[in-house]
Amino acid sequence: MGIGNLHQDGYLTTRLDEVINWARKNSLWPMPMGISCCAIEMMATASPRFDISRFGSEVMRFTPRQCDVMIVAGTVTYKMAKVVRKIYDQMPEPKWVISMGACASSGGMFRSYPVVQGIDQFMPVDVFVAGCPPRPENLLHALIALQEKVSKDRTIGTLLQREPIVIPDGTRAERAGA
Amino acid sequence: MSLPAGIPDLLRERFPGAVEGSTEFRGDLTVQIRRADIVAVCTFLKSDPVLSFEMLIDLCGVDMYRPAGRFEVVYNLYSLRNKAYLRLKVTAEADDPVVDSVTGVWAGANWHERETFDMFGIRFRGHPDLRRLYMPEEFEHYPLRKDFPLMGIPDSLPLPRK
Repeated sequence: MGIGNLHQDGYLTTRLDEVINWARKNSLWPMPMGISCCAIEMMATASPRFDISRFGSEVMRFTPRQCDVMIVAGTVTYKMAKVVRKIYDQMPEPKWVISMGACASSGGMFRSYPVVQGIDQFMPVDVFVAGCPPRPENLLHALIALQEKVSKDRTIGTLLQREPIVIPDGTRAERAGA
Repeated sequence: MSLPAGIPDLLRERFPGAVEGSTEFRGDLTVQIRRADIVAVCTFLKSDPVLSFEMLIDLCGVDMYRPAGRFEVVYNLYSLRNKAYLRLKVTAEADDPVVDSVTGVWAGANWHERETFDMFGIRFRGHPDLRRLYMPEEFEHYPLRKDFPLMGIPDSLPLPRK
């Protein structure tokens, strides 16, 4: 966006995608899918110390109708998978998914019959966050990575083609395929 | 711990043939009960004013994975009056594991028996609502049986389509 003209002539020129993505990425309202201990770290992320509202995502809504990004924070069993998927389906497009922690991403330490070994088996995932549980900083990193992804979306015409991002248990983001 | 002495003998006297054996280990008394007598024995143990085992601490199943009497159902009782524990065991056969329900004695046995049914496939005759407790109702296997693979049986639990 060239901002100079705004002061002189009162207008600016940009791409519509840029404006829409800018608006979207700075107010990603989370659907807190807190189903085990990762949810505690997710709550800590919303607390004043880590302050997720710095990134415009403090509005945790407990109805999927008002949410943009589902944070799956916890162990997903086969029985729960149907519920998670149903809530995901109730979210309006465009929507994104953060798979928070080892359990949601891979089954984690629960390598046994009732636990789904990775939620990407039944729903699309945009960001995987490693950790057991991940630190709040790591969840914020995932959110920032998602914001970057949203800012590159093509909003008009096609729906986004999803390539998951993997946040390792450190601080640097790795792009899948990069 | 003060345990009412001679519970096995008392039961032998009152229910001839019902006691199949008893062991004591570090003060924990375990009595093996004939399957047909479990409800009568439990009713007696609860209602007897001296013994008064009014609390069912736990009820669970065990898969012993042996040719005869493959399954065990274990009842852990507690007497508030005597501050004493008692463990009862009955066995069930592999081909038709049926044990009489003790929900009529302790209402709290309801979910315990449902869990045991869910995990081992032991059916409790007379249970008011014998449905699976943890696993989905359409699931056809019994996960805590020894012959059930740890990672489950492929495609036995459907996922939503992606």
